[in-house]
Amino acid sequence: MTGQSSPAATAAAMISMVGVEKWYGDFKALTDIDLSVRTGEKIVLCGPSGSGKSTLIRCINHLEAYQKGEIRVDGILLGDSARTIDAIRREVGMVFQQFNLFPHMTVLENCMLAPMRSLRASKAEAEATARKLLARVKILEQADKYPAQLSGGQQQRVAIARALCMQPKVMLFDEPTSALDPEMVKEVLDTMIGLAEEGMTMICVTHEMGFARQVADRVIFMASGAIVEEAPPAEFFTRPRHERTRAFLGEILRTH
Amino acid sequence: MNYKLDFTPVLDGLPSLLTACLGTFALAIGGMILAIIIGIGGVMLRDSKIAPIRWFIKSFVEVIRNTPFLVQIYFIYFALPLAGLRLDPTPTAIIALGINGGAYAIEIIRGGVQSISRGQIEAGLALGLHKTQVFRLIVLKPALRAIFPSLTSQFVLLTLTTSIASAISAYELTSVAQQIETSSFRSFEVYGVVTVFYLVISWLMMRAFGMISTRYFSYPVK
Repeated sequence: MTGQSSPAATAAAMISMVGVEKWYGDFKALTDIDLSVRTGEKIVLCGPSGSGKSTLIRCINHLEAYQKGEIRVDGILLGDSARTIDAIRREVGMVFQQFNLFPHMTVLENCMLAPMRSLRASKAEAEATARKLLARVKILEQADKYPAQLSGGQQQRVAIARALCMQPKVMLFDEPTSALDPEMVKEVLDTMIGLAEEGMTMICVTHEMGFARQVADRVIFMASGAIVEEAPPAEFFTRPRHERTRAFLGEILRTH
Repeated sequence: MNYKLDFTPVLDGLPSLLTACLGTFALAIGGMILAIIIGIGGVMLRDSKIAPIRWFIKSFVEVIRNTPFLVQIYFIYFALPLAGLRLDPTPTAIIALGINGGAYAIEIIRGGVQSISRGQIEAGLALGLHKTQVFRLIVLKPALRAIFPSLTSQFVLLTLTTSIASAISAYELTSVAQQIETSSFRSFEVYGVVTVFYLVISWLMMRAFGMISTRYFSYPVK
């Protein structure tokens, strides 16, 4: 953990968002988002529901289109062409709230699919990578099971391994523990902490403030589609500057 | 009732009736293969970026589902030669059955595709797969699983619809039965036996689809 809060120069950033705006029809979902994430940096994104935090990370891999501003990932400008979108998606892994494992494939097949089809890896290569990463999320023994045969926590760890099989430079987590039973949250967070310790660049939308304290270089608070406040966790939790941040923290720390 | 049952003509014709069942199977299986290709292709093209393709698929489905099969098969049989395409009755019947079954298959498979959660598609896209790869590798199998019972009954119906191909004298069970009936006047006996044959054919089809289902769609779901 570096604990540094000053954003690096845009050129050296793994992800840079400049003046990004997004509308759903007349509704402005993101307002003037400026965000720069250095290689290896860990960002926790929080805020009330509907504040735009999921929308923000979904813009980074173009699951949502944005209408104004600029997003760069590893130097590649995210435009509307299928080629740049594909190039960026191959570098950016994503983990979803609902796991979204493919039900008709075994755990191993889930992990091998994209490397074989998207990176043109050979079957043997893809399988070796998949087994290595399944071992890393401690679920290799379930490799031949189908998603429906696993618990939520196990499924989410497989989803993390599946994303890692693409050897991404960035990992996006969209409320990865929100759909889990409480007793399974820890196994998923531990996996994410392990990943953070290995130096992965991560943006996590989560309300797990313990995780934010332990792992984040910066915590970003959003409300109404805009970034309200960002600070290293020590500062964010002890001296929030904005009234809305204080109100949010009051809510969330009471219920957690 | 003083009608005397006489099964002799039917028994004499039994070998040709049994062989004709193969013709029925050929029409049914050919029609189904074409229907599934049209069904899957149609579902993909139905959401095409190119508007005229979308309109074509939608009109195709509407026209086929709202006109009688007998008219469709006559149309293909008599109208196509005017356009310079002359086909034998059996290929014509397979094309007609495939087109007709395909229109229904588009609507059925579309229902299955719509039942797949947006999250599945997003997970595929986020992994760097193209839209068509997402459809083919991620959406299609669970979608077919979801609608397989409806598809099965549609295809059993298609199998029975092969009898209408007798109208253009394609080689199949009903046309052979008609020949025996015309030469013997034993309508009741002939169609009685043919009814039993169709029952057995339907049952075999359902068994076959049941086996396909266990073979391909038996992965566990919550």
